[in-house]
Amino acid sequence: MIELKNAGFNYGGRDILSDMTLRLSPGSFHFLTGPSGSGKTTLLNLCYQALMPTTGMVRIFEQDVRAMTRDDVARVRRRIGVVHQNCQFLDHISVRDNLTLPLAVSGRESEVDQGNVDDLLSWVGLSERGDALPPELSGGERQRAALARAIIMSPDLILADEPTGNVDWEMAQRLIALLVELNRMGKTILIATHDLNLIRNTKSEVSARVLRINNTKLQLAGADL
Amino acid sequence: MDRLRSIFEVFSGDTNADRVVPPSGFTSRLTSFTAGAMAFLTVFALALSLATGRLADRWDAELARTSTIRIAAPEGQLAAQSEAVLEVLRTTPGIASARVMSDAEQRKLLEPWFGPDLPLDTLPVPRLIEVLEEGKGPDMAGLKLRLSAEAPGAVLDDHTRWRKPLVDAATRLRLLGLVSIMLIAGSMAAMITLAAQSALAANGQVIGVLRLIGARDVYIARAFVRRFTLRALIGAAIGTALAMIGVAFMPAPAEEGAFLTGLGFVGWHWFLPLIVPVIAAVVAFWATRLAAFRALSRLS
Repeated sequence: MIELKNAGFNYGGRDILSDMTLRLSPGSFHFLTGPSGSGKTTLLNLCYQALMPTTGMVRIFEQDVRAMTRDDVARVRRRIGVVHQNCQFLDHISVRDNLTLPLAVSGRESEVDQGNVDDLLSWVGLSERGDALPPELSGGERQRAALARAIIMSPDLILADEPTGNVDWEMAQRLIALLVELNRMGKTILIATHDLNLIRNTKSEVSARVLRINNTKLQLAGADL
Repeated sequence: MDRLRSIFEVFSGDTNADRVVPPSGFTSRLTSFTAGAMAFLTVFALALSLATGRLADRWDAELARTSTIRIAAPEGQLAAQSEAVLEVLRTTPGIASARVMSDAEQRKLLEPWFGPDLPLDTLPVPRLIEVLEEGKGPDMAGLKLRLSAEAPGAVLDDHTRWRKPLVDAATRLRLLGLVSIMLIAGSMAAMITLAAQSALAANGQVIGVLRLIGARDVYIARAFVRRFTLRALIGAAIGTALAMIGVAFMPAPAEEGAFLTGLGFVGWHWFLPLIVPVIAAVVAFWATRLAAFRALSRLS
C-alpha cells in the first residue's frame, strides 16, 4: 500500500529523515512516535505525496511518486484520508458541506446521504455544529471535523497527525475507537502521536506496530510500549 | 481529443464547483465592469466597421457604374460637340444611357464652392455629360480614341482616380475597426487574466484544501473558470445592450449628414452585436483557464 525504501528528506541542507524503510500493508495499524520536531509530520507528508523524497523511493498504491502526474496524485489522495495537526477547511461553507466536499470533488456528490453525514457528525461529537462555519469551531472541534472529512470517502488508508492533540481524554478514546473500528473494516491506519498512554491503551484493543523516529531514522519501538 | 475532453469537463460534472471559491466582491465587479465596457466599445467599433463597409461598397458601386464626359469648347462649337459625343455614346456597346446635365444640375454641383445663384452662363464652365454603363461597361480606351476624333474638346472621366482612394480609405477604416475589436478582445483577456490570477493567489488555502482531498486541477480550474466566464458573460451582455440602445438612438441616415448619420446597423446586422457577449465569455473562459492551469502548475 505504502512503501518507503531508503527514503530520505533533506531541507535546507539538513537531513530531516534519512534511510527510511517502511511498508504499510493493507489492514495494518501503525503508530508513529518520536519527540517533537523529529520528523513525524514530514514522514506522513511523504506518504501522501505532499512532499517528495530527496533520496530513496516512495511508492503509494504501487506507484512510484516520482512518476506520478498531478492527476495521479489526486487519484491516490482520494484513497487516503488525512487528518492534519492544523486542519484546514473551506471557511466560507458549512462544516457539513466541508465534510461532503471529498465526494463532490471526486464526482460522487450524488452519493451524499445526509443521514450518514448526521451519523458521522454525531460520532465525532459535532451533531450541533454541522451548520457552523469552520472558523467558528474550536481547535478540538476542527480536528474532529477533519477526521470526519477524512473518513467520509471510506479511504483505504488513514493518516492522522496528532488526531487527539486538542481533545479531552474521553473524546480521544472515542476517536481512537472509531479508527480501531475502521481498521477492523480493513482500513490501514497510521497515527503520528507523542501520547504514549494513548498508544498503550489502543494496543490493548488492536494489534498495532509502533514505530519511532529517532535521530532522523525509523526504528521499531521497544517492549516498553 | 484530450483537450476537447478537458474543455467539456470544465462545463460538465459538478455544476456547483464554483461554490468552493469564496465570493470576492471586488474582482467580481471588476471583471463584470471590464467585460461590460469592452463589449460597449466593441459594439461601437463593429457599427463603425459595418458603416464604413457599406460606404465603401456604395461608393464603389455608384462610381463604378457611371462616367462623366467633360466638353470644353468655344461657345459656337459646344452644342455640336455635345451632339457628336451623344452620337458616339449611342453607338458604343456597354452604355445604357447618356444625357447632358442641365444648367440647374451643374449649378447645384458648383454651389458648395461658389454659393447659390451662380451666373453659369457668364462663366466658361464646361458642359457635362453623365454616362450610365451596363453589363461590363464600354471599352474605355477605345471610347477615348473615338471621342478625341469626333469631339476634340471632350474628356472622358471614368471615376477611377476618385473611386480608388475613396474605396481604399473606407476599406482601411473598416480594417481599423476590426483591428480595434481584436485589440479590445485582447485587452479584455489581459484584464480577466489579471483578475483571475489575483483570485487564484488570494485562494491559496482553498487550493491546498481541495488538493488534500483529491481534487484534480481541472476541478479547481473549473471552479474559477465558471465564475469568471459567467461574470464576463453578464457584464458583456449589459454592455452590449447599452451600446445597442446607443446605436439605435443615432440619427437616421440622411444625405446631408453623409457618413456620420449612417453609423449604425442595418437589417440583419442588428443580430451581429448579439455574439459579442458570447465572444466575451469565450475570451474569459480561455483567459481564466490558462491562468488557472499556469498558477496550479506553479503551486504543485
